[in-house]
Amino acid sequence: MSYDKAFKMSMYRNMLEQRVFEKAVQEQYEEGNIPNSAHLYLGQEAIAAGVSMALRPDDYILPSHRGHAQILAKGCDMNRMMAELFGRVDGYCKGKGGSMHLAVAEHGVLGSIGIVGCNMALAVGAGMAAKKNGTGQVAVCYFGDGASNRGTFHEGMNLCSIQKLPVIYALENNHYGMFSDYRDMVNVEHISCRAAGYGVPGETVDGNDPWACYEAAKKAIDRARAGEGPSMIEFMTWRHNGHFEGDPDAREFLFRDPKEHEAWLKRDPIVVVRKQLIDEGTCTEDEMVAMEAEVRKQVDEAVAFAHASAWPPVSEVYTDVYAD
Amino acid sequence: MRKMTYRDAIIEALDMELARNPKAYIAGEDVASKMGGAFGATKGLVDKYGKDVVIDTPISETALMGMGVGSAVLGYHPFIEIMYMDFIGVCMDEIMNQAGKFRYMFGGQMSVPLMIRMVGGSTVYGAAHHSQCLESMLCHIPGIKVVWPSTPADAKGLIAAAARDNNPVIVVEHKGLYNMVGDCPEGEYIVPIGKAEVVREGADVTVVTWGLMRHKCMEAAEKLAAEGIDCEVIDLRSLKPIDTETLFASVAKTNKLVIVHEANKTCGLGAEIAALVAESCIDELDAPVVRVAGPDTSVPFSPPLEEEFRVAPENIIAGVKTLF
Ligand SMILES: Cc1ncc(C[n+]2csc(CCOP(=O)(O)OP(=O)(O)O)c2C)c(N)n1
Ligand SMILES: [Mg+2]
Repeated sequence: MSYDKAFKMSMYRNMLEQRVFEKAVQEQYEEGNIPNSAHLYLGQEAIAAGVSMALRPDDYILPSHRGHAQILAKGCDMNRMMAELFGRVDGYCKGKGGSMHLAVAEHGVLGSIGIVGCNMALAVGAGMAAKKNGTGQVAVCYFGDGASNRGTFHEGMNLCSIQKLPVIYALENNHYGMFSDYRDMVNVEHISCRAAGYGVPGETVDGNDPWACYEAAKKAIDRARAGEGPSMIEFMTWRHNGHFEGDPDAREFLFRDPKEHEAWLKRDPIVVVRKQLIDEGTCTEDEMVAMEAEVRKQVDEAVAFAHASAWPPVSEVYTDVYAD
Repeated sequence: MRKMTYRDAIIEALDMELARNPKAYIAGEDVASKMGGAFGATKGLVDKYGKDVVIDTPISETALMGMGVGSAVLGYHPFIEIMYMDFIGVCMDEIMNQAGKFRYMFGGQMSVPLMIRMVGGSTVYGAAHHSQCLESMLCHIPGIKVVWPSTPADAKGLIAAAARDNNPVIVVEHKGLYNMVGDCPEGEYIVPIGKAEVVREGADVTVVTWGLMRHKCMEAAEKLAAEGIDCEVIDLRSLKPIDTETLFASVAKTNKLVIVHEANKTCGLGAEIAALVAESCIDELDAPVVRVAGPDTSVPFSPPLEEEFRVAPENIIAGVKTLF
């Protein structure tokens, strides 16, 4: 496909915002401002960018536990996201959810999850709601190679298939589920081959190439909007950091092969696309630098916003238990 | 006595039981990795016993627990690790309807010698999906035993007991205790299931607790002693069966009962303990039973909110003082 300059620049900006935001999260975690931990998306940005660029604002997403960037890419507010990671009152969940439990109802973000793989079942519900709404909305369920071994994968995909629900199962295969290499945890090279068993189209694409991610997502989303049912896309990628911040594997390579890591770093989607856009003449180095400064400023503001935001009052412990 | 961490005591107990019982094996997520599971509680065991005895599984808690129950029925003694107690929903059918019922519903033809280890409690701002205390749900299931060690010695002794029991025994470990250093006997050491420990003798009030709360109760008891209130602190250790003999004897001595647990108050195990005392020795009480427990909410993420949620020594002191 050929894209115009505005589209290409938006794609790059979407990835860049994710990258700079997650780097800031890493820094803030290291400075002790983010309680517990965070599962960062660094290296996987092309997927959320490619998928989000094919979505409408009223579509739904069900993020994984590695969800910050998936949520940000959907168009959510950086300030309120960062405040949530800090546990502050201006966070989207008033500080009650944090990194792993972040929902943004007004943007169709149904909430990232601490119970890995539970969203593959919840996606059936999002798909059912979208179908009943009759508005052409779709639901994207993000999950990992590790999560693909949950039973919810099987039950969710089959039920979506027979009900022809507008759901896109977006498998981010970053090769590892916590400390386990997916090649030890499944006996197939490409997990997408399983989709056939449910009568669902499944394909594997390069998850570090935003254009390939976009095209695969667009095809699946068009199919879903047309009422033809779910699809599964397996995006092959690699996380740059450890499983969580504080994971010794990030520096010591207890589990990942440093050579494989180096090879994937060379395919860093931010570096590759930046170079591509300049080399092909889509934009100049100066335009890039200007955009980078803008994003940097936006993220700095989000960090400052989070710092300035108050802690939630302790009375918040007792609210939101039941709806009125 | 020899000192060691709660974590090392667990590893030592597992090691001794694997060595003793050729039918025993460990299975769980990343248990055979260099990290030894998410909490390092199986670290090094794969080097000694190999990958056929210390088995890494995919993120498939349903199949993992099914493997445990199925092989237990056929004469093996699996030691299953569920990373966080919050994930038991994924394998609750295998626990509740299979492990707990096989012996009974099949007329005593078979037994289910199965140890299930899992991690409970708050302290690390893990939020709603990584902080729960669900012990009372488990205690409600016939055919299952539940223990919760709160010291290195009890961790070693209760795991040894669980590993030799012919029934499904759930061992809950507290994430806030893994690095706790304490006395731990060398060599064979068993803490019988169903035996509480009187941690502190006292004349004025019985304080019954378990898990991390034992330590909070001891802190509270020392402070109360300075104010002239002499607490008898009992660590139940076994939550099912409960050592009613020790409990009733203490109530008969102090005539006052305070129950302290980290779990949500409503339908928490405190309710069962109060009922047991009411049924058997209500005449010994000269004041109402007091429960100090977590509020009936999920565990919130933000540090000030989690801290408000947690039961602290001050809450225990306040609860005890309502009786004086
Ligand atoms: C039901 C359940 N089991 C286990 C875990 C612990 N856990 C959290 S993330 C994770 C690995 C997930 O791997 P994957 O699905 O590949 O996603 P990635 O982290 O690579 O993005 C595990 C095992 C969990 N949170 N929930
Ligand atoms: Mg993965």
